[in-house]
Amino acid sequence: MITVNGAEHALPDDPRTSLLDFLRRDVGLTGTKKGCDHGQCGACTVIVDGIRINSCLTLAVMHDGDEVTTIEGIGTPDAPSALQAAFVKHDGFQCGYCTPGQICSATAMLDEIAAGWPSDVTDDPAERPTLTDEEIRERMSGNLCRCGAYSNIVAAIREVAGARS
Amino acid sequence: MRPFDYQRADALDQATQATHAGGAMAIAGGTNLIDLMKLQVETPVTLVDINALPLDAIAVDGDGLGIGALVTNTDAANDERIRRDYPLLARAILAGATQQLRNKATTGGNLCQRTRCYYFTNIDQPCNKREPGSGCGAIKGIARLHAILGTSDQCIATYPGDMAVALAALDAAVVIAAADGGERAVPVRDFHRLPGDTPERDNVLEPGDVITAVTLPAPVSGRQIYRKVCARSPRSSIWPMVASTAPTSRSAGWRTSRGTTRGSRNCWSAKSRRCRCSTRPPTCCSKTRKAMARTISRYRSHDGRWPPCCARPRGSSHERAPETRRTR
Repeated sequence: MITVNGAEHALPDDPRTSLLDFLRRDVGLTGTKKGCDHGQCGACTVIVDGIRINSCLTLAVMHDGDEVTTIEGIGTPDAPSALQAAFVKHDGFQCGYCTPGQICSATAMLDEIAAGWPSDVTDDPAERPTLTDEEIRERMSGNLCRCGAYSNIVAAIREVAGARS
Repeated sequence: MRPFDYQRADALDQATQATHAGGAMAIAGGTNLIDLMKLQVETPVTLVDINALPLDAIAVDGDGLGIGALVTNTDAANDERIRRDYPLLARAILAGATQQLRNKATTGGNLCQRTRCYYFTNIDQPCNKREPGSGCGAIKGIARLHAILGTSDQCIATYPGDMAVALAALDAAVVIAAADGGERAVPVRDFHRLPGDTPERDNVLEPGDVITAVTLPAPVSGRQIYRKVCARSPRSSIWPMVASTAPTSRSAGWRTSRGTTRGSRNCWSAKSRRCRCSTRPPTCCSKTRKAMARTISRYRSHDGRWPPCCARPRGSSHERAPETRRTR
């Protein structure tokens, strides 16, 4: 069994089914998007047991007992999460295709910062990182936006991160 | 993706036995393997999921550290002891891929990742690594990201990883369990193979071998630098053109390892050296430059891009040197 946004589902019969295809086709949650299907664009980012991953590069059968959170589990149009509201406020998207992945990614990223995980641009990996724009950009580099809404995405994340700290 | 039989291994001997069978492959993080299975570059008959094995801990190992094969890249880079005592390793890991990929990719799997050569990943092209005897599309073809050292007339592909370059500089070893129940340790410097006449074999693993851990010796003193040169940014989402490392102190001399410019293996075993007499890192020697020039003229007629360390003299026609960024 696999838990998606709090509801239990049976694993697929065909082991070839990626977690992404399972979520979209079998569970019917089409908020998670298929972009490149090769782990490069980040549109398929979901949170599994608190960790963000590319759902296209993992098999659903490898997640027996795991808890998956998709964009549908993060917030709704009536009750958006702080990041979802900030993306709307700061115009952090144009076509919106990459946005569910961006928000899932950013949601996990704020927890990673809070936990003190270093990144490639952290001056000293032994020290706790501070959330600069450069850190946000590096940590979000796994999510591509072909509309180029990056500056507004960074602004939205910065606002939520600032409110938290 | 071709159909396959999916099995879960609950014990190490079960994993080594299951992967000993023909056409069987172990899967851990799967970030490289599933990608290649989608492209039908990898077509395992049996996929053995080893994620349930108890190999996901980082533990003190004598004066050093033992990193379990299933420790994710993220967990390794976040480990306090690695950040404090082996910052070179943390920096190299963080210089590669994206957070989403590092969250899944494992220590053992990272060492086994395959080349990004675009003839290897395109099944419509000839490739001796993917299909021995079919030829090499890169030799005399478009080869912008290929090896300038350690090539053969069969293959000029490179090994794409960052982590292995740091592990080589730190004198780490790969611990491998075999199907017969034996265990052996192979220095990371000797783990990857040159292509030679068998480019299909990336490393020394035999059927049924399962990596169980990577062991690090006692930490070295001094400043540790990881330098990665890429053709474009963001550099973390691509593989390095040249990556070199240098855990240093003046008293101990420079220890360096260089990766990726060399065909599909440890550029480090031949190129690494310890210069106790020098206070500067070893630079590209004339012998290395001659070897690079030989490869470029022999195999790379289309795009003889010269690496920045041996750029042609001013005035000659060559492409702009790739962006160089120094890792803090």
